[in-house]
Amino acid sequence: MPDIDIDAPGKSLLLMGNEAIARGALEAGIGFASSYPGTPSSEILPAIAGVARKRNIYAQWSVNETVALESAAGAALAGIRSLASMKQNGVQVASDFLGTLPLRPAGSGLVLVSCDDPEGRNSGSGEMDTRPVAKWLDIPLLEPGDMQEAKDMTKWLFDVSEELDIVCMLRCVSKISHSRGNVVLGELPGKEHKAYFDIKKPARIGSPIGMHIQLLQKIEKARERFESAPFNRYVGPDKPELLIITCGASWLHSQEAVKAMELTDRVGILKLGTLYPLPEKFCESYLGKSQNILVVEEIAPFIERSVMELTANLPALEPRPIFYGKRSGHIRSYGELNPDVVIEAISKIMGVSYQSRSSDYDKQFESAPENYSVTRTGGICPGCSHKAAHWAIKQALERDGREGFETSDIGCYTNGLGPDGFYVAKTLYCMGGGAGVANGLGNLGQFGFNQPVLAAAGDSTFFHAVMPSLVNGVYNQSNFILVVLDNSATSMTGFQPHPGTGQNAMGESAPVVSIEAICRSLGIRVEVCDPYDIEKTTDILADLMTMESGVRVIIMERECELLRARRDGPLYKVHVDAALCLGEACVYDNVCQTWHCTALLWNKEEDHAWIDPVICAGCGVCADICPQGAIIKEAGE
Amino acid sequence: MAKQLMKDPLNLIISGVAGQGNVLIAMLIGNALVENGYQVMFGQTFGSNQRGGSVRNYIRISNETKYSPIIPQGHGDIILGMEPIETMRMLREFGNPNVMTVVNPRAIMSIDTRGGTTEYPDIDKLLADIERLSSKTWIINATEEAQKMGNPILANVILAGGLIGANILPLEKNSFESLLQERFPRAFEINLKAFNRGIELAKS
Repeated sequence: MPDIDIDAPGKSLLLMGNEAIARGALEAGIGFASSYPGTPSSEILPAIAGVARKRNIYAQWSVNETVALESAAGAALAGIRSLASMKQNGVQVASDFLGTLPLRPAGSGLVLVSCDDPEGRNSGSGEMDTRPVAKWLDIPLLEPGDMQEAKDMTKWLFDVSEELDIVCMLRCVSKISHSRGNVVLGELPGKEHKAYFDIKKPARIGSPIGMHIQLLQKIEKARERFESAPFNRYVGPDKPELLIITCGASWLHSQEAVKAMELTDRVGILKLGTLYPLPEKFCESYLGKSQNILVVEEIAPFIERSVMELTANLPALEPRPIFYGKRSGHIRSYGELNPDVVIEAISKIMGVSYQSRSSDYDKQFESAPENYSVTRTGGICPGCSHKAAHWAIKQALERDGREGFETSDIGCYTNGLGPDGFYVAKTLYCMGGGAGVANGLGNLGQFGFNQPVLAAAGDSTFFHAVMPSLVNGVYNQSNFILVVLDNSATSMTGFQPHPGTGQNAMGESAPVVSIEAICRSLGIRVEVCDPYDIEKTTDILADLMTMESGVRVIIMERECELLRARRDGPLYKVHVDAALCLGEACVYDNVCQTWHCTALLWNKEEDHAWIDPVICAGCGVCADICPQGAIIKEAGE
Repeated sequence: MAKQLMKDPLNLIISGVAGQGNVLIAMLIGNALVENGYQVMFGQTFGSNQRGGSVRNYIRISNETKYSPIIPQGHGDIILGMEPIETMRMLREFGNPNVMTVVNPRAIMSIDTRGGTTEYPDIDKLLADIERLSSKTWIINATEEAQKMGNPILANVILAGGLIGANILPLEKNSFESLLQERFPRAFEINLKAFNRGIELAKS
């Protein structure tokens, strides 16, 4: 992948939607970018940071999304075009600040990119739609329908933001953010930026009502601007039998569905790029084209409701449209969409039959063995220190015997809820939610609660949202153990650096903020261990559980094995000595098979465990799990 | 203008298990296609785990326009399967009588095949069924070859070579040399060797 700053206007490059957004920001002349890693937004900042010094840009990984947005807003006030990017949940984290932002001037251009993950497949905590946030807080909102638009819209939004002096928002879904397509590059502006904050123009002007009136005026100006935006268009016949209204990736799915069904002369598509405020005159000119309207969009019925609202204000519209979409049950309100979902909806509405392939071919699968579709439940990587950590937690909880449990958090260690973490975790909310919930549970002693509570938090999560909970726990004498699973990276989203790693977003060295020093400064008991040393870790945990009051911290330090092995190669060569393995007759209940590692398998024919060398990462921890000593680890080369 | 395609859009699926490096070769192929003048849309579906889950890459190749990042059911033209059960999964969803398949026969066990509930199917029967469900099949022993070359991770580049050697994509071998050099500045020689080995295996 070449750097995104190649100076070749007109050249077509294969860019990921997120890289296209970064390129668009470059073409808009940004000088400042900030973000917190979060799927599916994580690639935007590194694409900018990778060329930051060359392009005279400043880029940072902030400790959380609130700080990222606040920093970008500050830079924009001083005349530097700024971009803040984050995942869907990040917008919620930043929502307090975001609530005040449209009521303030945006300076020279401020764009917030929110990447939504329909299916919640990659972000762990669930799917949600951030478009209603824009409507709720009155922020002009666009959504790109392909990678080219991702670039072009980002650039265009900076001009709108500067012109109307208001923060603008770009919502992007996973299938645009993470898909790749041809993007034709535009021109790059000069690299000169001059930062200056005019003290005669404070960023809070007038009364709350005055600011609100100003905001409402800005929104009406945005609506006028959007009427002629190049991102709204119609394709199809003049009088379609069915009008599809759509945006984002659903635009691509809709086009494909109409083509696959050979209905291009009967179905029209109105593709919207400016979603809030809705360009009403533009929409009105198409609403009368067909009586049947199908709205196709991912997650919430955002456009659907806006268009219904608009229609209610058009009493002269004849014939009255019949709406199909989420409300009618033709398009689901959850999960990612695809061409087949749209095909099914069109098929139902128009009564057109469609067959994806010959039924003879389909029939061949009817007799296929059941295990031809064997699943692959997501799990933790071989060699992950979180597995060792959770094994130790499980053992310590069993030893304690009071039905203790873990309150989990957002990160790879979320696997603590499943078989990879031996089901020790029982709650999962948002970043920082684990320690927060533990705070409450830890204050229930007077009601007879005596179950040990272990709050898990990754290193990046610790900085992001756990510090306030930790201070709260110390101050209010809550009774829980904070387990910091420190693997020296924001691993789940692609190993981004954070305040503890000694590196910044631009690859330069940075001061190291010590989690241990922060915890010790609170005057509480702090233990540090290596989770690969399961025996010692278990002993420390068991001892911490016997201590009956206050917050205690255990920091389990072990660099993410994927990162370490990429640099230094595997730690060990691990194999099973078949002669030593007791097979099914194992007196230790085949403990190695409950270890649940994708590399540690079972050879049924020969009745012994075996390790697949193609999968094994070489952590060697399983050798310590087998009481029989049948798993052999030898030092790597 | 790029060469005429045997079908427009031409739909390529690259599937495998997370950790096999399937996104990397999908990127190589996608970039080679764009450099050769095609319109490409390349979508992915994967789980939250970095290792062990199913991964699929959809590459839509066209001379006309951009298609959806997800291929409609039954519309696959070429499947590059880095693992047999993942190949079967793609045939079930996207197969049709004309689909062509390049497959690595090396199984990667699923964590769900343990505990006695489900077992990984018999490989020989599975491969025979893959051949039966495809109009043409190339079985490339990529993992085995990669282990012979010293590192199982090379299997992905061997398979990319296999796909080019099968001569079913509108791409020439020489499109890849500079891309491999760019992607593997320090391990270029071994990757080029793996790529060429894949071409040989597909042709033999």
